[in-house]
Order: sequence, then C-alpha cells, then structure tokens
Amino acid sequence: MTNAVTVSAVDKVFDTKKGQVVALSAVDLAVAPGEFVSLIGPSGCGKSTLLRLIADLESPSAGTVEVFGTSAHQARLDQRYGIAFQQAGLLPWRTVSANIALPLELSGSPKAEVRARVDELIALVGLGDFGDRFPDQLSGGMQQRVAIARALAKKPELLLMDEPFGALDEMTREYMQTELLRIAAETGAAVVFVTHSIPEAVYLSDRVVVMSPRPGRIAEVVPMSLGSTGSRADDLREDGSFFEMITAVREALHGGGGVTAAPRGVENR
Amino acid sequence: MTDAATLLAPPRRRRAGRGARLRAAGYGVLGIIALAVVWELYKWLGPVDGLVVGDIRVLPRTSDLAMPHVWDMVARLFEPVTRAEGARVLWLEIVLAAGLTLGIAAAGWVVGVVVGMAFALIMQRWMLAESALLPWIVLSQTVPLIAFAPLVKSWGSRIEIGAFEWQDWMSVAVIASYLAFFPVAVGALKGLQAPDRLHLELMHTYSAGWWPTMLHLRLPAAVPYLLPALRLAAANAVVGAVVAEVSTGLQGGIGRLVIQYAGQASGDPAKAWAPIFGAIALGLIAAGSVALLGLLVKDYRRTEGAS
Repeated sequence: MTNAVTVSAVDKVFDTKKGQVVALSAVDLAVAPGEFVSLIGPSGCGKSTLLRLIADLESPSAGTVEVFGTSAHQARLDQRYGIAFQQAGLLPWRTVSANIALPLELSGSPKAEVRARVDELIALVGLGDFGDRFPDQLSGGMQQRVAIARALAKKPELLLMDEPFGALDEMTREYMQTELLRIAAETGAAVVFVTHSIPEAVYLSDRVVVMSPRPGRIAEVVPMSLGSTGSRADDLREDGSFFEMITAVREALHGGGGVTAAPRGVENR
Repeated sequence: MTDAATLLAPPRRRRAGRGARLRAAGYGVLGIIALAVVWELYKWLGPVDGLVVGDIRVLPRTSDLAMPHVWDMVARLFEPVTRAEGARVLWLEIVLAAGLTLGIAAAGWVVGVVVGMAFALIMQRWMLAESALLPWIVLSQTVPLIAFAPLVKSWGSRIEIGAFEWQDWMSVAVIASYLAFFPVAVGALKGLQAPDRLHLELMHTYSAGWWPTMLHLRLPAAVPYLLPALRLAAANAVVGAVVAEVSTGLQGGIGRLVIQYAGQASGDPAKAWAPIFGAIALGLIAAGSVALLGLLVKDYRRTEGAS
C-alpha cells in the first residue's frame, strides 16, 4: 500500500538577511493512509515548515517529499490533500455554502454536483442551518468547521492541519477535537496535524511525532496505545491510559529525562 | 495628495442604521444653514472694504457686489436669465447646463475607471510594471490642466476616422478622465494587493492560476478600496469637466456659465453665484450616484471577524 505521505532525508534551509537558518534537518517520516499523525514541539522546531513542505507551499532544500506516491508538487496540482490553518481563512463576502463550494467551483464541477456536495459537507460538520450565513455571523469554532468542510470538499485522502484549533477556547477546542475524530473516521482520510498542545496531540493521534528545535528534527515518534482514533470519546480524557500517554509525550519532549519544566511554546493543558 | 492618503487608509466597515442615516442628513442640512448664517453675519458685521494687510486683502469686501445676500442669490434662481422676451428661468438654464456637464463628466468617469483598472491590473500582474508606472501615474497629476486642455483640443480636432469625427465635448471628457483615472489606479492597485497571504496560499493549494485568483479573490477583496476611489474619481471627473469646459471654450456647460455670468457680475451680482451652486450640486450628484453603486456590492464589504 502506498503511503499517504513519505518524507525522506529532508533538509530545509531558509536564506534570511542574517544568513542561513536551518529549519529542518534530516527529517524522515511516513504516514499511512487513514492514519492520524500529530507534529508537536516548541516554537521554531519546524513543525509548520514540515507541513508546508508536504503541502508544496515550500520546497525542500534537500531530500524528497512524496504524497500518495507522487511528488508533493503533483499532489498539490491534483489536489490530493485538503488544508486548514489556525485562522479559518474564509472569504468574508461568501456565505458558508459558497465558501465550501469555492474549491469545487474552481475545478469546474457542474453546479448540481457542487450543491449536492456542499449540502453533504454542511451536514458532515454539523452546520445544518447556517449555509446562508456569512463568516462574520459565525463564532470562531463554527468558522473553523466551515474551513474543515472546505478542506474536505474534493474528498481528499489527506488532511493537513496547522493548529486549526489554536485560536479557540478550551471548551470549543475539546468539542472540535472529538468532531474532527468523527469526521476523519467517516471520511477515512489520513491527517497530519500540527499542534502546541500535548493533550490535543495525544487525544487525536495514532502517533505523535515529537520535534526539537535548532535545527528542527524529529526527536522521537511516540505511538499512542489508546485504541482506534474513531472510537475515542471525551471520557478518554479522564482515563489513566490517557495520562500515561501524556507523560510519554512530555518525556519525549524533554529529551527522555524527567525534567519538569516545559519547553517554551508547548502547552501542558 | 490628501486624496491619495485617504485612499491608502484601510477601509472600515460601518453599520449605519436608519436613525444614523437620518442624523447624518440632518447634520448636512444644519451645515448648509450654518454656512448661510456665517455668510450673513460677516456681511452684517464685517468691514465694508474688507481687511487689507499690506497689499493683501485677507478678508473680503462685504458690499452687495462681492457678497450678495443669501436670499437674493436664491431669489435670483427663480427669475429669468435675461430681460429678453422668452428667456428661460435661471434655475432651468443652470439645470440644463449642469446636465450637459454631468453627461460629459460621466463619459470621462467611465473612461477613467476603465483606464485606471487596466493600470491597476497590469501593475498587480507585473511587479516591474508597478515600479515603472506608478511614479508616472503620480506625476501625471501634477501637470496643470489649464496648460494641457488646449493641447488635447487641438490633437482631437485632427482626428477623423471614416465617419467618426472628433467632437469638442470629447476633448472635455478626455480631460475629465485624466483626473478620474488616478484615484482608481491607486485605489484598485491597493485593493488588488489587499488579500492576506493565507487566502493567496489557499488559492495556490487549489492550483488556481492568476485569472481565477483575480476573479475569486483579488477583485472581490478590492471592492472596499474601490468604492471610495470611484467616488473620488466621480468628483474629479466633474472638476475636470468644468475646468476643461472653461479652458477649451466649450459652450453650453456649467463651466462656461461660471465664466459668462462672472462677467456680468457688476450688473447682476447674485446671478454669478447660480452656476457655482450648480457645480456644487453636480459634484454631490456624481459622488452620490457612486454611493448607490456601493449598495449593490454591500456583501463585498464584509469582514471576516468573528462575532
């Protein structure tokens, strides 16, 4: 079976005015189809850069990035992935429906097909009555759902998410996490998810990729033995196994030692 | 350049309720009344010969010749233009002249908007074009119209293609468009460059090319910048048309009447003010029509902010 994502021996160096900055060094990562993988690490560890490389929004300085067996570039042209960012990034002049329809319209799908797919997606993300609203009439959480629906519009088998819940309050955030697991299970899409939050990474993921900064590299990959992601629910958050996994990720973040202070930029909540 | 400075400020969304709109109209009327009161107060209390400091008159004379009473100016509008038999009533003459000028200004506005948009599109598409064109576009507005207008007229009079013959009013429209295109070019460029990086990257992930990105992202995002630019262009087109009528000597428009009636001011001082009021009304009508245009595209003035 072809991997959803294969990153091999990737370096990423940015040229800045102050000289070269090594954002990623010797990164190898494989994501299986339908797998949920989180990237976690302190600010500046290159987790967003890695996501942007997979999305072909940046290109690697060395090494290769493959998405479903083709180059990341070709995968972008074929729109094999959907993407969501920390800001919902909805077009303010388009209604919820029209925002979700945008990728479909751009690829020239017939109108009836677009309408059917949009209705499907609105139901999937639980925005039933809000199709005709404008983004400024929605809460942050609802805007983010629209963004997720839009990312899923072309039925991608890969979802790339860069801290999509980072700007939401804690309650909404937990709710959205459970919603995301349901949506990922229903669509069968693989997810690469960038986050600052350890509990979020643990709750959502099959595997948590722990990264360390200067230069950005993968420190450890921690598998979550918490059962299939689709079957997880909120009671897991109070389960002993959940805390064990949180401890495992924390220790990986602190370089395996029993350091108590968290690295900067990582939330322990 | 204050016009351009206002344009460059980020647009804000305002929600005006009905009450707010009524209040705005009320303030507008109040402003006109206040102006009339100030005029009459000065005329009553000010020195008859004005105030001269050195050789410069810093305050105007208050004689009926220099400052007719407000009521005289209004009353004059309802009297015939001349004492000749069958002469039109003055306000009608003003309205007809203003109508002609408005038509020419509108033609100039349309040409100016098309040219301005074209410049903005070219400058957005090629960064090199922006650095090559923008200084010239700014510089173009420093050329004095008075010097420039007779040239346009004489170039125009040499144009004759088949059945098409250059008309004098076209020279006036061209000059109006020369003033109108500037705010559109600057405002539209600013608007087309307004989209966030996030939105541009999203379009990139949809593998959308330049034109789809223009159509679905840049143009809609430019609307809040474009509306004030179009309004400014309308006011500029009117000013350009009035000035160009004067300097090309086109008959029948409001610009011509301003000059003509000013010549008769010694005998009929209130009459000279009528075409000035006409020109002001013209500018307001032109700018107001563009505001109506804004109502058609109100969805494009929304912002993303969560409620």
